[in-house]
Amino acid sequence: DIDDVGHKYYLELELEDVLDKDRTVNCTAEVLYHLGSKTSAPDVQVTVQGELRSTEEADKEFYNRIRSLEKELVAENIPDSHGNVPPELEPIHLLAWVASGYVIWQNSTENTKFHLAQVKHVKQVKRSDEDLQFDFVVLLHEMVSQEVLPWEVTLLWHPQHGARVPQSCAAAAGSS
Amino acid sequence: DQVLHIVPETIQQVQHLQLLCSTFMLDLWKPLLSEDIRAGEDLHVRVPAPLVQKVKDSLVQHMISNRVLIPDVQKLVDQSMPRERSSNRQVSGGYVYTEYHPMEEIYQWMTQIQKNNSELVTQHVLGKTFENRTMYYLQISQPSNKTKKIIWMDCGIHAREWISPAFCQWFVKEILQNYKTDPKISRFLQNLDFYVLPVLNIDGYIYSWEKDRLWRKSRSPYENGTCYGTDLNRNFNSSWGSVGVSFNCSSDVFCGSGPESEPETRAVAQFIKNKKSDILCYLTIHSYGQLILTPYGSTTKPPSTATDAKAVLILNFQMQVAKEAAAALKGKYGTSYRVGSTALILYSNSGSSRDWAHTIGIPLSYTFELRDTGTHRFVLPADQIQPTCEETM
Repeated sequence: DIDDVGHKYYLELELEDVLDKDRTVNCTAEVLYHLGSKTSAPDVQVTVQGELRSTEEADKEFYNRIRSLEKELVAENIPDSHGNVPPELEPIHLLAWVASGYVIWQNSTENTKFHLAQVKHVKQVKRSDEDLQFDFVVLLHEMVSQEVLPWEVTLLWHPQHGARVPQSCAAAAGSS
Repeated sequence: DQVLHIVPETIQQVQHLQLLCSTFMLDLWKPLLSEDIRAGEDLHVRVPAPLVQKVKDSLVQHMISNRVLIPDVQKLVDQSMPRERSSNRQVSGGYVYTEYHPMEEIYQWMTQIQKNNSELVTQHVLGKTFENRTMYYLQISQPSNKTKKIIWMDCGIHAREWISPAFCQWFVKEILQNYKTDPKISRFLQNLDFYVLPVLNIDGYIYSWEKDRLWRKSRSPYENGTCYGTDLNRNFNSSWGSVGVSFNCSSDVFCGSGPESEPETRAVAQFIKNKKSDILCYLTIHSYGQLILTPYGSTTKPPSTATDAKAVLILNFQMQVAKEAAAALKGKYGTSYRVGSTALILYSNSGSSRDWAHTIGIPLSYTFELRDTGTHRFVLPADQIQPTCEETM
């Protein structure tokens, strides 16, 4: 408890690599939830202890594949109703996860627990600069209310520059 | 083993063949009976592998010509009956338990299961859903002269948790396939009856297949048909409406217009109330989270009856059983399940079926939240059905 400021949490976390289950890396984090503020995101500081696996090869391959598509990539329902993700859409799924992570961070309080339930829709937008742009509609499940909330989020990604979210907003209800 | 084709030409040859058949107890395919063997007519006979040479030598000795019709009987059998399907076939004609099935197929499966296992399984009507669909449960009961205690298990109270009905179907298959050979299961059935409700929220389940994969509630209309569905797991009469609910129909935790306002809830509650003195254990299967939840959801403190020593004992015993279940689960594939009361390790809620069952006096009452905790949540891929079910068994 920090008087007049908010609640601060000190965390020790073990991260598991989704693509390489035996690989874990430890990290510590400090999270500050601001007092009374429903509109500002919690402050987060993270220190990774150890190294994250290099993904340079796979990143380059994916980047080149998408850049060389004649028509912009469009996809729906990742995973599908039966839990399947076609292998060529797996990187898109992972990018959606990253995009969702940003939205979740921006909208979390001490009383929410969000997870990505499904990617409803994704559309690639061709750009004149070197970034890849994906416009997602993601469905976020909130544990306490059990609601499934659609969010529109734009993600920019580049192998060297990483991922950025320039904009996101709650989508209109009745999206399915 | 080989099948030989022979055409006897004389009465002596016929008699010799009849002698061969009775001496070696050969399996006649055509004709079926030894006394029907006729000169000039085709004869097909299966000869066991160790006798093939002896029989052929004898035929040669009596100048009875023959040729081999089937050189390897086992090979032919294996080709026409692939191994995985033949074991399912005994239970219910090739049903694939590692896939998710729509409601129509689950209804057909229940009928088949009863037909194929009528010595153990009976299908009963529990009630009707809001959209007037029949709710069936399966009773697995070994005939005996003693009255047995009951273990009740329901699945699919929340439409989007597809792994849950998949588990109920798997569970039934496992029991029926193994009760004769597995000593644990056969001992269970000597003393207990299983009552399994594979899909509680049928209307919602169908809606999640046809319209909205992530639908949770039932499909009863409110507010003049502008809003649909009650969260059936907030609709039971256990501290109804007190915490972890919404009175707004558009919420996913809308608790209904009153305790047991929904026909599905009433159907389950009525049945359990009637049989409660015989019900030993109430299980309700959900996803996700990998949790074994004990009462209560509405408070972190046990109820006032816990000042009663017996009630405390029961709660402790319950926890102990749950912890052992989690340990056994982990032993299978290393999957971790956390154990605890809902209010402590999940979130506060009231009106849940599990809490209600415990309140009316059923000693062991659990919610199982199946896989996963990680990447898939509600939309668990079908290839995880088998490991999820195996570890939960």
